[in-house]
Amino acid sequence: MTAATNAPAEKADPRLAAAADFLDTRVGISKIVKEFARKIFPDHWSFLLGEIALYSFIVLLISGTFLTMFFVPSMAETHYPTDALPVTMQGVQMSEAYASTIHMSFHVRGGLLMRQIHHWAALLFVGAMVVHMLRIFFTGAFRRPRELNWLVGFTLLIMGLLAGFSGYSLPDDVLSGNGLRIADGVALAIPIIGSYVSFALFGGEFPGDDIIPRLFTVHILLVPGLILALIAVHLFLIVWHKHTQYPGPGRTQKNVVGFPLFPIYTAKAGGFFFIVFGVIALMGATMSINSVWNYGPYDPSVVSAGAQPDWYMLFLEGSLRLMPGLEVVIGGFTLSLAILIPGVILPGLLFTFLGLYPFIERAVTKDTGEHHLLDRPRNAATRTALGAGFLAVWFVLIGAGANDLIATHFNVSLNLITWIFRILFFVLPVVTFLVTKRICFGLQRKDRELALHGHETGRIVRFASGEFIEVHQPLDEYERWLLVSHDSPAPLQIDPPEDANGVARPGYKKERRWQKLSQFFYEDRIEPVTPAELAAAQSHGEHDELPATEAHEEITSEDSAGQIEARTH
Amino acid sequence: MSIEQPRGSHDLQQSESGEVEHPERFENPGLPPHRPRLGDEDPKANKRSEHQVVVLFVISIIATIAAIWGFFAFPVDGLQVGNVRMSTLVIGLGLGLGMLGIGVGAVHWAKTLMNDHEKVEERHPQRGDDATRAEAVDIMREGVEDSAIARRPLIKGALGTAVAIAPLSFLVPLIGNLGGDWDISKFRHTAWASAPGGGRRYLATDPTDRRIKASEVTRGSMVHVQPWRLEEEENFLEEKTKAVVILMRLDPKLLKEPEEKKDWSYDGIVAYSKVCTHVGCPVALYEQQTHHVLCPCHQSTFDITDQAKVIFGPAKRPLPQLPITVDEEGYLYAQSDFHEPVGPSFWERER
Repeated sequence: MTAATNAPAEKADPRLAAAADFLDTRVGISKIVKEFARKIFPDHWSFLLGEIALYSFIVLLISGTFLTMFFVPSMAETHYPTDALPVTMQGVQMSEAYASTIHMSFHVRGGLLMRQIHHWAALLFVGAMVVHMLRIFFTGAFRRPRELNWLVGFTLLIMGLLAGFSGYSLPDDVLSGNGLRIADGVALAIPIIGSYVSFALFGGEFPGDDIIPRLFTVHILLVPGLILALIAVHLFLIVWHKHTQYPGPGRTQKNVVGFPLFPIYTAKAGGFFFIVFGVIALMGATMSINSVWNYGPYDPSVVSAGAQPDWYMLFLEGSLRLMPGLEVVIGGFTLSLAILIPGVILPGLLFTFLGLYPFIERAVTKDTGEHHLLDRPRNAATRTALGAGFLAVWFVLIGAGANDLIATHFNVSLNLITWIFRILFFVLPVVTFLVTKRICFGLQRKDRELALHGHETGRIVRFASGEFIEVHQPLDEYERWLLVSHDSPAPLQIDPPEDANGVARPGYKKERRWQKLSQFFYEDRIEPVTPAELAAAQSHGEHDELPATEAHEEITSEDSAGQIEARTH
Repeated sequence: MSIEQPRGSHDLQQSESGEVEHPERFENPGLPPHRPRLGDEDPKANKRSEHQVVVLFVISIIATIAAIWGFFAFPVDGLQVGNVRMSTLVIGLGLGLGMLGIGVGAVHWAKTLMNDHEKVEERHPQRGDDATRAEAVDIMREGVEDSAIARRPLIKGALGTAVAIAPLSFLVPLIGNLGGDWDISKFRHTAWASAPGGGRRYLATDPTDRRIKASEVTRGSMVHVQPWRLEEEENFLEEKTKAVVILMRLDPKLLKEPEEKKDWSYDGIVAYSKVCTHVGCPVALYEQQTHHVLCPCHQSTFDITDQAKVIFGPAKRPLPQLPITVDEEGYLYAQSDFHEPVGPSFWERER
């Protein structure tokens, strides 16, 4: 204990007291302080992932504000000044948007830095959101009462993708222009209204003069406004629900164990903001990104080979690349399945599954009650396997989005790689699902083993009878609790198809379908160790408990290692 | 799979051996004992942590000063690229270290010097208790009764309709204007139809805009082509987007041309739309040995010897061919527009 806690209460600073009184008589600050200042938050490194997303968004707002001061969102034609850097662009015809982008990179102090900070922060923002969402998914943090907050977070992810894509398109360079061209191609493939959607986006034919000013408004006003509002809801719900916590000794569904907001998290989370900002700033200072002056202004006849979108768009790009050409004409109307399936339907299905997953799992498992203790992913094997399968699809698509680079870097036929990815797209998720599930069960068995028999100590003991055993160190109750505290739900039980009189029961078929889904989730399962099992294991494995007896004290682990050597040679 | 002990036999064993009966599940052992940090017991370590925090904050102060120095030290209004690099680097490092100093210092302070005893707070279920729920229902019921909406369905219907359609007077003008003239028939025409004034539309190099003589086009080369003098016309970018063409000369014997398209090429010179029929990227990579062109965006591959048919990738349709011929002086020009819309498929394409 430090001395300060034991010292008598100090006299409050009169100026501080006056300020507090001012606020309290106007907005009742004392009640807010009482309610929130010492609110408890649990501690874990994985809870920082969402914070990284939040802080990189703040960095985006700050650096983005800087950029708006010097960016001209216009597609009006201009010629780059002949007395300005870079030399390669002098006198080149380009749009105002592109001209202002390279001008701010070379002739605004800190302009290039802010552009690079902004771009790195954007990549980190989406990345942190994705990894944060994976953490939520694999630990089951989305379960009741947090389903709605999952949806808020899901919408934030979509908004993040929109913000990224709209921002990527603003500099009006060759890469961003081709990105827009692809977006236009996907819009055109939408049945019935596609042509009009394309016209609506571009104010007429691609590229038109409207898309940059429109995307600018979307990028700096609409999307960030929505993101801010959703973040407010997201954070409010976190406080309202109180944060989930990992299972552990002393932690229950009815409490939250951790540290108070003030001062611990004020310092830790506040400090973490500066760390995130600092790391992004160092990246912006030292790592070049999106050097648009190398690409040149947008020209519909120019494209660079080996071009990739920002990483979070790669899955869509890969999905487009994987699809074989498929197009049907029905009643004179063209249905471009080669674009519709990979560009609209597949991402639609993937995102729908992701958004609705909490509700799907709840419907299947008929789970009721609130969950504030997180699952260790191994203990929810089917969910973990489903998530891993989902990730497998995603990674295949990302890999396919880089098929040309794989081909040139590894000197493999592009067609072969594409075919491998086409096959993997169907095979890998299934294999990943099965393997992940088995790994989860393996880990659960390992946990059982550990809870029942304790840690291997490496100490070998020889008995008078000549028998060798390895001494196991039993777990203390705190360590054991983590391995035995989880529930292992059983599949749904339903009544038999016929009642006692042999009459078919109405509704049986429906129940049976739910039961099958429930069996899919819970049929394979491993029960956590019970006190009775532990007692049984300890009673029949008595010699495991020898470690503390004096007779064997002198046998060190080195000795035993030597013994094993001796035995094996 | 699950290793379940038959409960009954187990109980029997226990009663025989006279042990206490085991509970079904383990008891939560409660919070583990607090482990003191080095600084909690060693005042020297405590003091050291304090110094470290101060040093980190001082690093931040110095870094910020360095960033401001960098702003003035490296002007970027001249033509020195080196200054751009130094300005970016110094301001960035100053900003980054300035932030990191604050952040690492604050976190280090929290972890080493602040009270690290875990605290416990109770949770309360989200669901209101039955009394509260009943009260809420009553309140709502009372409100609904006060408004008398239940007895006046006409109000309900009229209000509902009014609110539902009110946004239209905002949305219709907004959406109605988004697409400009909405003339989607523009997808079908390109600048190749004729030059302004109705003259021949010559093929010209892209981007230098020089007319091309058939004799200049050598075998195995690919020429990027745009309509001659398009730059001077209105909607240059939109027209160029549709009108870009690639020109290749092959051994005429290699070309598989159907009867009706025999005169679309000139002495082995063929012109195809450069706009990919997949999603519209420029099809810019030409493999002269195999006569394949490849779209770098999604790798659709077209066989130029065989009517630009798709041989790999996500595109479905061949690249549209531009019928070309030469004038008296040997300059290439377009006989007519493309005979089908160029670029990505759209709903009304076949109409």
